[in-house]
Amino acid sequence: MRRSRALGELWLRLLAQAEKQLPSLTRLRAREALPIRLDRRRIYVLPTAFGLVFAAMLMIMSVGALNYYNNPALLLTALLGSVCVISMLIAFRTLDGLNLTSVQSAPCHAGDVLTLELGFASGARARAGLRIDIGASGRIIATRADEPSRALLTLPTERRGLLTLPRIRVWTRWPYGLFRAWSWLSPGIEVLVYPRPEANAVPLPFGSREAQRSVVQPQGEEFGALREYRTSDPRRLIAWKASARHDRLLVREPEQLTGQEFVLDFNALPALDLEARIARLTRWVLMAEERRARYTLLLPGQRIGPDLGSAHAHRCLRELALL
Amino acid sequence: MPLSRHQFDLTALTVLYATLLHAPHFPVWLTLGLIGLIVARWLQRRLRPDWGKPPALLRLPLTLALPVVVYLLYGNIFGLDPGSVFSVGMLVLKLTESESLRDARAVVTFASFVLMAALLFEQDLLTTACVALGVVPLLFNLRALEPDGSEAPQPLSLRSLGHESRSVLLNLLAAVPLAILVFLFLPRLAAPLWATQTTPKNRTGLSDSMSPGHMGELFLDDSAAFRVSFDDGVAPPPAQRYWRGVVLWRYDGRTWSRAGGMSLRPDRQPLQALAPEIAYEITLEPSEQRWMYALDLPTTDTASQTRDEDYTLSAVHPLSKLTQYRLRSAPVYRLDGLDAQQRQRALRLPANFNPRTIALGQQWAQQHDDPQRIVQAALDLIRQEFSYTLSPPPLGRQAMDDFLFETRAGYCEYFASAFAVLMRAAGVPTRVVLGYQGGYWNTTGDYMVVRQSDAHAWNEVWLAGRGWVRVDPTAAVRPDRIELGSGAANSGHSSWYGREWLLNLRNRWDIANRLWTQAVVGFDELTQRGLLRSVGIKDANWRQLGLAFALSMGVLAALGLWWATRRARDKGDSVDRAYARLCARLGRRGLARLGPEGPADYLRRLLRQWPQARDGLEPLFTRYMQLRYGQTEISADAARKFVQSARQIDVASLRTG
Repeated sequence: MRRSRALGELWLRLLAQAEKQLPSLTRLRAREALPIRLDRRRIYVLPTAFGLVFAAMLMIMSVGALNYYNNPALLLTALLGSVCVISMLIAFRTLDGLNLTSVQSAPCHAGDVLTLELGFASGARARAGLRIDIGASGRIIATRADEPSRALLTLPTERRGLLTLPRIRVWTRWPYGLFRAWSWLSPGIEVLVYPRPEANAVPLPFGSREAQRSVVQPQGEEFGALREYRTSDPRRLIAWKASARHDRLLVREPEQLTGQEFVLDFNALPALDLEARIARLTRWVLMAEERRARYTLLLPGQRIGPDLGSAHAHRCLRELALL
Repeated sequence: MPLSRHQFDLTALTVLYATLLHAPHFPVWLTLGLIGLIVARWLQRRLRPDWGKPPALLRLPLTLALPVVVYLLYGNIFGLDPGSVFSVGMLVLKLTESESLRDARAVVTFASFVLMAALLFEQDLLTTACVALGVVPLLFNLRALEPDGSEAPQPLSLRSLGHESRSVLLNLLAAVPLAILVFLFLPRLAAPLWATQTTPKNRTGLSDSMSPGHMGELFLDDSAAFRVSFDDGVAPPPAQRYWRGVVLWRYDGRTWSRAGGMSLRPDRQPLQALAPEIAYEITLEPSEQRWMYALDLPTTDTASQTRDEDYTLSAVHPLSKLTQYRLRSAPVYRLDGLDAQQRQRALRLPANFNPRTIALGQQWAQQHDDPQRIVQAALDLIRQEFSYTLSPPPLGRQAMDDFLFETRAGYCEYFASAFAVLMRAAGVPTRVVLGYQGGYWNTTGDYMVVRQSDAHAWNEVWLAGRGWVRVDPTAAVRPDRIELGSGAANSGHSSWYGREWLLNLRNRWDIANRLWTQAVVGFDELTQRGLLRSVGIKDANWRQLGLAFALSMGVLAALGLWWATRRARDKGDSVDRAYARLCARLGRRGLARLGPEGPADYLRRLLRQWPQARDGLEPLFTRYMQLRYGQTEISADAARKFVQSARQIDVASLRTG
């Protein structure tokens, strides 16, 4: 087990070295715009280890058949061999014509696991046994003809800011596991990773302008309190009943629940270093959202708010992530 | 990865099928034991999956027992039979410990070898068809071992099998042209890489000795001995269908056997054809013997065989594969040449055997001075007093005495043997000929098939002035045996067997088998070199064959690549097609969508014309716009729902509301 892992690492190192040396191998590492269509120029096929073993067995069988002058046995071996060759074409066809149409992700905080949703368009044929890998995470999907399909993958994050997606490998061993067809995809997509919030929750600063209170409005599901769903809205805000009635996704507007108002000032935390300040501000933004209190974020040369709601929080966290 | 139930079931099925293919040459207890192991393992995995694979304590003795069993069975570890038991046993044992994908793949790989090994024992059409059928579960299995990505793994059901079998069978079908091409052009070995010492099988063909009661089993064996096609397409009349095989000279009181014959010297044993010769080609089934058969009596000499002084044809090696040879024969002939040494051999009788028979022969020799009269006397005796039966009573030590004076019932071996002893006692040189008599003319295939059940024995006597003359004492007692063939003579013993329709069916099956043996089993280097005859190359060399192979491979490869890289016609997705159909239907009602008009504008225009259609059309169009222009990814469900409702909406009723 350990040896196979060591071999795998060696292989990856060799591959990296080769890609550094040979420009033609790195050609496909250039970023591409979506949609990316797989075609014969970028699909590679090689036999798997099992395929090699099976081929060795076919060799043994054909030598035996030849030695015994046994034509039916030879015919059988030839038939099995031809089936293998055709399975190579099928493996190729499983990838050929596949379209990566979309990459979506819900923003997450650094240190959390990012969930990616890859959308594929299958084209005119159904495909089975499609494997999609990003880093260590993989999925096997089957697609139907003319229908979009999706694969959910996870990606661990470490640092705040824009995360460039690593290469995506789309591969398959369909139908018999004898050949592996693969293709590397490098969509030029960057995903926003929010800063990691501070672990211990320091209470929100009760600053200067917290006095303004607004009337607490009852939370309702009437049409007035609802708005269209936006991609960035958290799922828990979806008003399911109302959505079903109006046949489209609607979310509750939580603005009506304001209590106090906070000012979250970057410059008011001189005792901390940059990352610690960002972590604390991130935590505060989350806490304020939790309390449904209006807040203003003051960053060097920037002022966001006062406001409340997922869109506002997103803006704040985004600025913090990119700081 | 652990095997799912579906995957394990298929693997067990593959192994079971491969085992059953070997059952015909395994002892029954071994087959049952192997099947028992498979079933036990299958039950264990179904009922007690938590046990995992059986412990080493159980597997190790089984594994060690395998070579012991092989040794006890065959007294040998090497060779075809021990090897097959070995490999099937290993396969079953591997299945019993299979828990992971890797194990199952190893099983499948080895199962394909075991499938092929079944063909080393029998290569007729039926066996080959059974083995070919075994490829289907094999491919199913490989396919099931590869996860297909569907949400829920499907249990093994007829429906899922039917669905999967379609693609597997298509794959197999597509593989056939390539397989045939490889088969045709793969260079055959000039000499085997390792000795293929096959143990003599229990083939019930003719042997090169004869003792009464020897042939009984042969008459029930309906397999073909050889097939003959005549150059002029006309079969000789039944009375001339004597297929001469081995000539026996030596008699030890019980058994007739072949004395070490000298090779033929045509100047000493001159053969003269008295009627036009017949040219024909014989396709001889493998017999593991050297003897080759020919219509009585072959006049040509070919390189592939030797001829003995008595015109017995034999090959250099035992015939372990299908053999084809061309001959010419004279149906009516005069064969001379009997030197003193041969005369002595043709008259010798063992001492102290069959005294009564010898006495009768000597008595005839005194009564008649013409040998022809002696022959006639013997034939008369047989005709009047004897009966033909396939299950004659047993004979004692003085076999011919018992037969001639006590039991008086038997078949060709008995008659030929008794006749020869009588003749020799009377001083007429006589020998026994083993061969086949008869043959069924297959009108559909225009050839004659001679079966093992046509085996026959007759005599040749030397008459001064006429040479060797064929005498068939069996014909005296049962003329229809000669006129109609063994089927008629033996009809009392197999009442349902010889029925007309069954015979017809068997002959049709024989045609298929013959085509198979000729086209596939008998395909060899010689046939290979004749492959290019249609383009004018009679005897192709390797370069020409290689070129032809490369050319046809190129064509196939181009076809395959064209298929693989072919772009499917992009018909738009289902939502677009459903919308286009809806618009077309609305168009037939008078309100066609204008070229560049978007769905929102079109809907507005529609509702202006037919305000009462709002309830029907608005949700549909809204959903279409959502599906098409909304930010969210379309789910497959939503798309299907839209397609369905777009198809179901009643356009006619929309106008009236």
